[in-house]
Amino acid sequence: MREIVVVSGKGGTGKTSIAASFAVLARAAVVADCDVDAADLHLLLRPRVVQRSEFRSGHEAVIRQSDCTRCGLCLDLCRFAAIARAGSEGAFTVDPISCEGCGVCVRFCPAGAIDFPESLSGEWMVSETRCGPMVHARLGIAAENSGKLVSTVRREARRVARETGRELIIVDGPPGIGCPVIASLTGASLAVIVTEPTVSGEHDLERVLALARHFGVPAAVSVNKWDINRGMTERIEKLARRAGALAAGRIRYDPAVTKAQIDARAPVETGGAASEDIAGIWERVSSYGGANGIQ
Amino acid sequence: MKIAFTTSGESPEAPLDERFGRAPRFIVHDTDANTFETIDNRRSVEAAQGAGIQAAQTIVRAGVQALVTGHCGPKAFRVLTEAGVAVYNCGAATVSEALERFRAGTLEKASSADVDGHWA
Amino acid sequence: MILAVASGKGGTGKTTVAVNLARVMGTPVRLLDCDVEEPNAHLFLGGETRSRDIVSLPVPVVDESLCDACGECGRFCEFHAIVSLATKPLVFAELCHGCGGCLRVCPRGAIAERERRIGVVETIESNGITVIRGLLDVGVAMAPPLVRAVKARLAPGVPAIVDAPPGTSCPVIAAVRGADFVALVTEPTPFGLNDLALAVDMVRELDLPLGVVINRIGVGDERVHAFCREKGIPILLEIPDDRRIAEVYSRGGIVVDALPEYRAHFERLRDRVEGGGRPS
Repeated sequence: MREIVVVSGKGGTGKTSIAASFAVLARAAVVADCDVDAADLHLLLRPRVVQRSEFRSGHEAVIRQSDCTRCGLCLDLCRFAAIARAGSEGAFTVDPISCEGCGVCVRFCPAGAIDFPESLSGEWMVSETRCGPMVHARLGIAAENSGKLVSTVRREARRVARETGRELIIVDGPPGIGCPVIASLTGASLAVIVTEPTVSGEHDLERVLALARHFGVPAAVSVNKWDINRGMTERIEKLARRAGALAAGRIRYDPAVTKAQIDARAPVETGGAASEDIAGIWERVSSYGGANGIQ
Repeated sequence: MKIAFTTSGESPEAPLDERFGRAPRFIVHDTDANTFETIDNRRSVEAAQGAGIQAAQTIVRAGVQALVTGHCGPKAFRVLTEAGVAVYNCGAATVSEALERFRAGTLEKASSADVDGHWA
Repeated sequence: MILAVASGKGGTGKTTVAVNLARVMGTPVRLLDCDVEEPNAHLFLGGETRSRDIVSLPVPVVDESLCDACGECGRFCEFHAIVSLATKPLVFAELCHGCGGCLRVCPRGAIAERERRIGVVETIESNGITVIRGLLDVGVAMAPPLVRAVKARLAPGVPAIVDAPPGTSCPVIAAVRGADFVALVTEPTPFGLNDLALAVDMVRELDLPLGVVINRIGVGDERVHAFCREKGIPILLEIPDDRRIAEVYSRGGIVVDALPEYRAHFERLRDRVEGGGRPS
C-alpha cells in the first residue's frame, strides 16, 4: 500500500485542488483529509457521510463550585493561566480554552473539588465520494491535539483501504510544519509539496523539506502559478533538487482552478491549462519513491 | 520466559501487527508453561500521544522478556531496553510464524529503534 | 490598540494585510509575527535584527541518587513525558508540556527542572516598524508557548498588529487572545467562505469584535459578501484580484510602496480598525 501526502508549508497554495485532482486521476484510491483545522476537500468531493464518530482526546479540569473552598491553590499551581477568579471574592473557574489537561490542579486541590472529564474535541467521518471512500474530520474550535485527530484519520483511511482492497491513499495534508503536519507525514510513502513562486513560498518550502528529511519521507516539489514569477520558480526547483527532492513539475496560473472550486469539481474534471499540468505531475509522482511502501 | 507479539487478532494464527504502540493487542507466550495470553492495548491505541511509551509500560508490567513486532520507535525502544526487554523486528505474516522464527533463532535482536516516532 | 489579523484559510493575504497596514500606520508600531511555524512578515519589511532570544520550556530532570523508583511521576503525567518502571524514570522532553506536576508529586524531591529550547524570538527594526517574530525549531510540536513569548513583547501604549497563524486551533487562539479587534482575511471562493465561517465561530467564542477583509475580489463568487451581510459582519476592505499585487508579493515587495494607488485602501482599513470596525 502506498500513501501520498500533499502538503505545503504555506497555506493557500492550491494543495486541496491538487489533492482532489490526484484522487480523481488515481481512480481507485482512498482519500483522507488531514487538514482537520480548516478542511476544504469535502467542498470539491461532496462526500456522503456513512459513519460518524466522536473524537475524544485528553481531559479538562472543571471546578465543582459546591465543594470549592476558594483557597486559591489551583490558581497558584496552574502554569497555563487557565484558572481565573471573578473579582477578589468570587468563584474560581477553569477556562477550557487555556486548560492543557495536565491534572495538576485536580491532584492538589485540598478539597478534591476538581473533576477531570475527557473532553470532546471533534468528530471524524467515513464517507463515500465519486472518487471512492473518504475519511475526514472536524476539529472543535480551539481544541487541542489536532495531531492525534490527524493520526486517527490516517489510521482509518488505512483500515478502509485494507478492507476495500485499495492500494493507494491520497492525503490532503495540513499547512505548516507543526504537530499536525508531523502527524500526517511520518511513515508516508511520498510527500508532494505544493508551493508558489514567492519569497514566502521559498522560505516555507525550505522548512517543509527539512521536516520531510527529518522524518525520512521522500519529497517531490511542484510549483503552482509558476508563471507569476519565473525566476523564483527556477530558484525553488534548484532548492528542491539540492535537498534531494524531485522537481515534479509546474502548474500554470489558471482562473479555471477557482471556477472548478465554485462548481465543486476538481480542476482535472473541468479541464484547462492547470488541469493538464496537474495530470503531468500525477504521472511523475504516482510511482515515485515506490520502495518506501507502507503496510 | 515470556515473549510478546503485536497483533490485531486473538490467537497465534492471527496476523503479526507491524506497529508496536498502536497495535490493538499483544499475545504473550509463556515458553515454560506453554500458554498464550492476550493483553489489550486499547488504552495506548487511543492515547493522545506517547502510545509507544504506554505500550512499553504494559509489556514491562506483564513481565515480558522479549518483544517481537514489526517496527519499534525510539521512545518505546528506550523504555523497553531500560527495563531489560529485548526487541526483535520481524516481518512474519502471523504470530505463530514469528514464534517459529524466534524458536529457530533466526530473529536478530535490535540494537536501536528501526523507525522514527509517529510512523504509524 | 492591538489588532489581530487572522484567517481560517492560509494563503489569503493575511501577511500582506498586516505588513501594508503597519506601513501606513504613520506612528511607531509593533508587528508581532505569531505565525511561528512559517513567519514571513520580515521577508517583506527587511530591517536590522536587534535581539534574538531563545525560548524554552521547563522539563524535568531526575536526581537518580534521590529517586527510589516509586513510579509516582510516571503515573501522574498525562502526556507520557516521564516514565518509571521499577527503574529510574526516563524523561521524554519533547512530550512535556512543562506543567511541573511530576516535581510536586515526587515524594523524595528527586525531580528538578531544566530549560528545553523550543525556538527563538527575534526583534527586527524596520523604519518605525518593530517586527517581533517567533521561529519554532523544526520538529518541535509546541507552538502556543512560543506564540505567548512573542506576545509578551507587546509594549504598553504602542499600537500593535498581530499576524496570527492560519486556522482555528490552539496556536491561533494564543495569538488572537487579548486583541482589541480581529480582522479576518478571506477570499471570495467556496474554500474562503468555509474557512471564514470557522474563523468567525472561533472569534465569537473568544468574544472579540471582528471585521472581514476580502482579498482577490473578482476571482470567485458573491457568497462571502452574502455571508457577511447575513451575520452582520462589517467588510473592512476589499482588495481586487490584481495580478500586479501577486507579482509584488512574489518578489517580497510592499503593495502600498510599489503600487501607490492602493495606499488609500489600507489607510481606510487603518481608520476603520481604529474606529472599532464602523465605517469612517
